[in-house]
Amino acid sequence: MIAIIDYGVGNLFSLKSSIASIGAEAVVTSEKDVIDRADHVILPGVGAFGDAVKKLREAELFDFVKEQAATGKPFLGICLGMQLLFDKSYEYGEHEGLGLVPGAVRPLEGEIPENLDIPHMGWNGLHFTERLGLSPDKCDAFGAPTGRSSIFKDIKEGDHVYFVHSFAAFECARNVTAVADYGIPITAAVQNNNVYGTQFHPEKSGDVGMKILKAFAEL
Amino acid sequence: MITKRIIPCLDVRDGRVVKGVNFEGLRDVNSPVELGKYYSDCGADELVFYDITASFEGRKLFTDILTEVASKIFIPLTVGGGINTVDDFDRVLKCGADKVSVNSGAIKNPSLIDEAAKKYGNQCVVLSVDAKRVDGSYHVFLNGGRVDTGMDALKWVKEGVERGAGEVVLNSIDTDGVKKGFDLEMLKAVNELVKVPVIASGGAGSIQDFVDLFNEIPDISAGLAASIFHFGEVKIDDLKKRLKEEGILVRI
Repeated sequence: MIAIIDYGVGNLFSLKSSIASIGAEAVVTSEKDVIDRADHVILPGVGAFGDAVKKLREAELFDFVKEQAATGKPFLGICLGMQLLFDKSYEYGEHEGLGLVPGAVRPLEGEIPENLDIPHMGWNGLHFTERLGLSPDKCDAFGAPTGRSSIFKDIKEGDHVYFVHSFAAFECARNVTAVADYGIPITAAVQNNNVYGTQFHPEKSGDVGMKILKAFAEL
Repeated sequence: MITKRIIPCLDVRDGRVVKGVNFEGLRDVNSPVELGKYYSDCGADELVFYDITASFEGRKLFTDILTEVASKIFIPLTVGGGINTVDDFDRVLKCGADKVSVNSGAIKNPSLIDEAAKKYGNQCVVLSVDAKRVDGSYHVFLNGGRVDTGMDALKWVKEGVERGAGEVVLNSIDTDGVKKGFDLEMLKAVNELVKVPVIASGGAGSIQDFVDLFNEIPDISAGLAASIFHFGEVKIDDLKKRLKEEGILVRI
């Protein structure tokens, strides 16, 4: 069973439906014992970083989420849920993140060429940053994956996924498993041991997205 | 690099798609779920569902349909029509919409954009504008182009984005229904004005019109159309194949 953490940000209907469509079972919950019993955990999220951290803390889930990731079970952060995995964010001030993946979240403004729209919204191609060519999902001593991240085992280089974001993760090169080209390489996905993150929305990325969710569910 | 989006728009009244002809393999062309799935399979990058229902019962039917669409089709869904309050945003977002498009509701109450953007994020709020040339400038129109608000369309778009709209759909009443191409002049003017994605609407009659749109305005984000897709005049898979041949980036 996959627990989708409900802490009051964003719309979890599509995520739950998409997981049902790949034949896996998902429950949307804020109950700690339900999350604890689940063998996979998804941290979703849309909106502002600071608000999301505040809501996680109010629901007394901030430290609990870190503990869940530390159990070693497959853990996936999506969109803002991925950004929350990092050490900190500079979205309207400076906020402390979960610290599950080294790196920081900063605005795209000033980083990407002037003529490109913000938000980065639409379908963009994934380019894998395979390391050392070892088998998928092996991690080095620092948690960085070697080989292709196993959530991408059934998709191809250049496959398109759906993005919508105005902030992005930087200073996380060791853990980046895929980038998208938006004038600069945008962090599209990260992995640190059992902790995965996608900046894009697999639940909105058609067949490609379903394959990624399925690969995660099968971990 | 990010691809150009092709977006079919489905008008829904009392839970049924209003226009449409039969496509091969499609049992019920008036079913929003079946038609939406068909478009998604053909390569549509997003779907827009526009609720043109007037009655309360029809509105309920629309949200039921939306729920079904969102549980079966996993591409972005935008919903418009009858969005006048933050509660209306809530109603459709709960049923699986990703973005909500505001038009007359925001003209009557511009702070609707601020409130919705604050609550759901800018990426969720789409400003849809019907514009038409009047005495050498572009005016915002209401009721499908019948009522001139007297507002300057360029100023309104700029204001809407400053208030928090994360995307703009510009529908030119001058070219809408004429099928001789998008209103490139008006679209250029709007696209240069704002940094958020702009979606072109109104006037597409052929594949060539989309080619011209993306060649003439390389920064435009997407092209939206309704009847040419519903009547089968342009097939989305053919369209995207041709755009690719022309060197325009698309998702295939």
